[in-house]
Amino acid sequence: MASSGSGYDLSSSTFSPDGRIFQVEYASKAVENAGTALGLKCSNGVVLCVEKPLLNKMLLPSSSRRIHTIDSHSGVAITGFVSDGRQMVNRAREECSNYEETYGTKIPSKVLGERLASYVHYFTLHGSLRPFGTSALVASYDPETKQHSLQMVEPSGVAYTYYGCAAGKGRQPARTELEKLDVHKPETSIDVREGVKQLARIIHLLHEEGKDKPFELEMSWVCEESNWEHKGVPRDYIKEAVEWAKKDIEEEEEFESDEDEEMED
Amino acid sequence: MNQFAYHQQQMQAPMPMSYQHDGKSAETRNLKPGELSTGTTIMAIPFEGGVVLGADSRTSTGTYIANRVSDKLAQLHDHIWCCRSGSAADTQALTDYVRHYLSQLAIETGRAPTVKTAAHLMRRLCYENKDNLMAGVIIGGWDPVEKGSVYNIPLGGTCIKMPFAIGGSGSTYIYGLVDSMYSEGMTEEEAHTCVKKAISHAMARDGSSGGVIRTVVVKESGNAREYVPGNALPFGP
Repeated sequence: MASSGSGYDLSSSTFSPDGRIFQVEYASKAVENAGTALGLKCSNGVVLCVEKPLLNKMLLPSSSRRIHTIDSHSGVAITGFVSDGRQMVNRAREECSNYEETYGTKIPSKVLGERLASYVHYFTLHGSLRPFGTSALVASYDPETKQHSLQMVEPSGVAYTYYGCAAGKGRQPARTELEKLDVHKPETSIDVREGVKQLARIIHLLHEEGKDKPFELEMSWVCEESNWEHKGVPRDYIKEAVEWAKKDIEEEEEFESDEDEEMED
Repeated sequence: MNQFAYHQQQMQAPMPMSYQHDGKSAETRNLKPGELSTGTTIMAIPFEGGVVLGADSRTSTGTYIANRVSDKLAQLHDHIWCCRSGSAADTQALTDYVRHYLSQLAIETGRAPTVKTAAHLMRRLCYENKDNLMAGVIIGGWDPVEKGSVYNIPLGGTCIKMPFAIGGSGSTYIYGLVDSMYSEGMTEEEAHTCVKKAISHAMARDGSSGGVIRTVVVKESGNAREYVPGNALPFGP
């Protein structure tokens, strides 16, 4: 062995001497290289958004979807290994239909998140399995309590409930931008229409033209307007939001460069 | 062979000379030898903010009354109750299962289960084991979604939400009475009186119903049990 402590990253069934499971950390790394996925809990619904890199000019834009409908009232956005994510989506669908079959009511958001996390976690326990290289953002509505919620399931098998969350390449700056929106305070909460614009702005802000690959924006929501069903955001509105976002970013840049000039004087 | 061949064949079949009666009532015919039956009268009426459930107290083995003060009202969760009719053993086992599933669900979801969920679980058990069960149950209770509600699950395992429900062998005698007494939007007091009155009349006519009347009033604030002794039944005009 090259050095002390190495050799502990071969299996997720072994802890390293300082208490880490390297295979799970590597799985998280797989997500960090993928397109940014954002989720935002607004006053009247939840919005999901994924930056899907267009790897090939001949690709049909609507193929290889990152946002999937799980049940009438819930949807999942995935980023990382897309094929791993599809496996999670299938499982989430199974959990939903199983729950409704047994109990006669829709699965509560928290239970769906927890059950999906348990499934992901199982793959971090066995030497013969590989952890998921995917993060999943779950947006759902509970007709029983009339509450909507946003959760994120990570490769380690944890699930947290968020006001706003991000995964993928641009997650760090995206989180700072999401925090600036102050949606966790009731008095500064925004509606889904504003949320769509803000998420489009964050994605475009983080995207570096020329350096990053061209991408397609996938957006969906579970909100009052969609009758609390998981639906794709109308194409026209995404277009409108993107136009607004680009203009807003441009104006901000101009403002900043003006300020710089003033400083020089 | 013409197109009427089927009909002709049917007509040639020998008709039974007389109907052979097995000497058992409809309630007890399907029971195993020695099985206890709750030849019963049960009912439930929801009101604004809750539900009243009631039952007689007779448990019989054929003509012998095995228990004259039995309790056919079973609690499934904090605010969900169930009236049992049919085989005592089957319905006890069923309510035990549903109670177990509901307590597990309450822990997983972190909230009280709904009456609809309780009824759905009971329906699944009754439907999937219909060949081996003799159980007709009424589920009633209070939950924040539907407030007071009543679900009827008769023999085959259908599950129907009802404005009120009656069941058991004694219920056949009081359909008219309950239809005439029931009205939409009854108060707690009216529903409670109606339940006691109707069960008294069923007990008077039905040989397999009798004893005392047991009721429970389920509300958000809690459950109130009550019983009417056999010598103080509100029978008559």
